[in-house]
Amino acid sequence: MTLADAHYPDELLYHDQHDWARLDGDEHAVFGITWYAQDSLGEVVFYDPPEVGDTIDKDQSYAEVESVKAVSDVIAPLSGEVVEVNDGLADAPEQINGDPYGEGWLVKVKLSHPNEAEQLLGAGEYRKLLENS
Amino acid sequence: MPVLYEGIKEEHSAVRTHAGVFDVSHMGEVEVEGPGALAFLQRVLSNDVAKVELGGAQYSCLCAEDGGVLDDLFAYRLGGDRYLLVTNSANHEADLAWLGRWSRGFDVAVRDVADRYAMLAVQGPHARPIVARTLGIELPARMRVSTARIGGRPALVCGTGYTGEDGVELLIDPEVAPAIWAELLDAGVVPCGLGARDTLRLEACFHLHGNDLSPARNPIEAGLGWCCAEATGFVGAEAVASARREGTAEQLAPFEIEGPGIPRQGNPVLAGGEPAGEVTSGSFSPSLERGIGMAYVRTDLAEPGTALEIDVRGKHRAARIASKPLYRKG
Repeated sequence: MTLADAHYPDELLYHDQHDWARLDGDEHAVFGITWYAQDSLGEVVFYDPPEVGDTIDKDQSYAEVESVKAVSDVIAPLSGEVVEVNDGLADAPEQINGDPYGEGWLVKVKLSHPNEAEQLLGAGEYRKLLENS
Repeated sequence: MPVLYEGIKEEHSAVRTHAGVFDVSHMGEVEVEGPGALAFLQRVLSNDVAKVELGGAQYSCLCAEDGGVLDDLFAYRLGGDRYLLVTNSANHEADLAWLGRWSRGFDVAVRDVADRYAMLAVQGPHARPIVARTLGIELPARMRVSTARIGGRPALVCGTGYTGEDGVELLIDPEVAPAIWAELLDAGVVPCGLGARDTLRLEACFHLHGNDLSPARNPIEAGLGWCCAEATGFVGAEAVASARREGTAEQLAPFEIEGPGIPRQGNPVLAGGEPAGEVTSGSFSPSLERGIGMAYVRTDLAEPGTALEIDVRGKHRAARIASKPLYRKG
């Protein structure tokens, strides 16, 4: 298994529970887990997504990812309604390891409070958080 | 032993298809020697130790008076009246105290020899030829033990394992263990951690003491009646005989999750929405690519094919009781 090297793209926003958000216009965002999160968890073997239409709340768990050994809650970086889940992960959950910011995305959300994004971290701040943890 | 070196799935697959090595030096070893060794072991071990020939190996439970399983272990007959027991590390000290207590009145010495051995389990379809060639030794048959020189020191080679694959377990001088480990890796054997050890043994339906076995469970409900010979009069034999005769309220049974979801130790088992048992071991199965586990369930539900639900963190996952082992070669 080859995992991508540690990286935290500059264009994303980060939650301190190791989740990222990619804003798409003013009202939508894509969520996923960071390189650090997938590396800590190990090989992901199961992604239990929310359902389209579910309401998710910032700082609360909205999904689960599991490795062979452990299960982990996924924390929402922002609030909103799930408009799409990454169905491709049902058969290939390892994409969360291999491509955490691309093919390994988890959900698309219509944001209910877009201004919450101001509370998230930039890539530089998130990297600093990891260095200090 | 770390949980993993490179990845649990990769290590698991190496053992199923090639060869992997586990550093299981944490296992305990107890030597039992003396004219009364056989009589003593018949008293404390559940199996019929008299059946073990020189150079033979046998699996047993160590039972309390009420039949509860204190530990499960392999006994190897090294000499006419000399045996080696390999204990689970978490139980080693308690086992020693228990064995010491029951050895009174027998002409036998019980020695803690855990410091004398490092233990490397080399497992997988290619394990035997690689070990034989790399270490230049003859290997014993399955369920046998032989002596050898490994790294220039006396060693024991056991034809046993905990993965459901062929292979050997090497009991070697701790001083030479790092060099032997390195030699095996150089020969292409894949280093494997605790994570793969657990998924491999669970697919093979081998019990893990502390999960599937405990002092609160007897061998009959654990499905280990085959290693209990009550006629030998071992400690706990009466309770085991009674459980065998009268049946038990629950039975340990392997199961597979039918859809998504990975069961974990402690998850409740449900039948028709009602509590029906508890998962004692659960994991993702890399070979079957689905959730698998073992659970104590009501005896009437323990038949292969029975549909159940596992409450995995509040989600009811459809499951079916399977037959042993969960993974079968080919």
